[in-house]
Amino acid sequence: MKKTLIRTAAACAVLVATAGCSSIEPWVKPYERDHLADPIMALDMHPVATAYEMHVWDAREGARGGTGGAGGGCGCN
Amino acid sequence: MMIARHLARLLVVLALLPGAVLATVLPEDRADVLYHRYEGGGVTIDGPSVLLRKQVGKSFSLSANYYLDMVSSASIDVVTTASPYTEERKQGSLGVTYLYGNTLLNAGYTRSDESDYAANSLNFSVSQDLFGQMTTVTLGYALGWDEVGKSNDSEFRREVDRQQYSLSVTQIVTRSLIMSFAFDAITDEGFLNNPYRSVRFLAADQPAGYQFEPEVYPNTRTSGAGSITARYRLPWRAALHGSYRYFSDTWGIESHTGEIGYVHPWKHGITFSTRYRYYTQEQADFYADLFPRSGAQNFMGRDKELSTFESATIRAGVSWEFVSDGWSVVEKGSLNLFWDRIRFDYENFRDLRVTGAAPGEEPLYGFDADVVQLFVSFWF
Repeated sequence: MKKTLIRTAAACAVLVATAGCSSIEPWVKPYERDHLADPIMALDMHPVATAYEMHVWDAREGARGGTGGAGGGCGCN
Repeated sequence: MMIARHLARLLVVLALLPGAVLATVLPEDRADVLYHRYEGGGVTIDGPSVLLRKQVGKSFSLSANYYLDMVSSASIDVVTTASPYTEERKQGSLGVTYLYGNTLLNAGYTRSDESDYAANSLNFSVSQDLFGQMTTVTLGYALGWDEVGKSNDSEFRREVDRQQYSLSVTQIVTRSLIMSFAFDAITDEGFLNNPYRSVRFLAADQPAGYQFEPEVYPNTRTSGAGSITARYRLPWRAALHGSYRYFSDTWGIESHTGEIGYVHPWKHGITFSTRYRYYTQEQADFYADLFPRSGAQNFMGRDKELSTFESATIRAGVSWEFVSDGWSVVEKGSLNLFWDRIRFDYENFRDLRVTGAAPGEEPLYGFDADVVQLFVSFWF
């Protein structure tokens, strides 16, 4: 588990370090992002609902995390 | 601690990166007021949640959340080993986001209180936009500390410490496709049992043929979860989204979660949405519905959340944007109603409310739950 995390973090560091000295051009230009800017394309359209749903699942399932946000205790004793 | 040092260095590296081509922005100012209700398996939980976010100056955005659960429980665990109860859980969160170039720095604190459980957590994260805002990398760390009590034992006090490390990458793939990859590692240490729950074991001298004793969990748990999410804008104005998550932990639980959904704006500001979610997990190593004798193992659990089971959820949702061109200080407002029906089917957790069956031969347990969310959102 720890090795996997460190490897993932290292891969991220390489990605980030490469960004500083390469000439990667965005292949989707800012003026081509009208579809992506549509509110229906937001990865989290309703934050208040998403937070509630995470709590519903965390209290009833063995799995937790991996959904892209850092959370805290569930208080679901 | 080594992981913490590695991540701390990465946070510094990300924060010092030169700016990318486009400007990063703070989250939108908005207010959400939600009523939630969960009903299923003898449990009813409802209450409000209020989420506010407001920009302060050019570089800061503050957020606050108040959340309340009002619980009325006569679940299968309660009716077979204890008495029905009611209680409240209150949760408050405060957060701040700081914009520096193309970097967003977040910090937050959350406190949750029940009569017999208190949970605290501090979280930090840093997000960096790269490659002309094609890519967003976020690193997060959260620290939690809980205090566990027991309502019928005022002397009972235990603690739980929790740490969470998270990494996510969001990538614009095409003009119509955006994807996100996320990974979390969470470690727990302390009293991880539910102090009220019991395991059952065979006892030939009992009328039912079995008896209960308190469950015993390990004092540590480490888990990892990785997910991939995609959202695609269809040729007509609608969005298709899907995700997959894999989870495993040191207790032996392994799970898969898949989800697919569709969002379809109609007319008059009305948007319909639907979603299907499937979840399946393998049991914890120390889980059993029926142990052969008292103290059969060092660690024993009979929480159905640790058993082998699957759940399927289907959603119907509708949103109405009743303010779209501004009204007073409000730029936009929407009213939303989501209804989810969840079916839980347990593969090795038996329904002890059924009498007359031999121990271990009772029917398997399963139930349906309805989850309703009604909320109004304002952007200003």
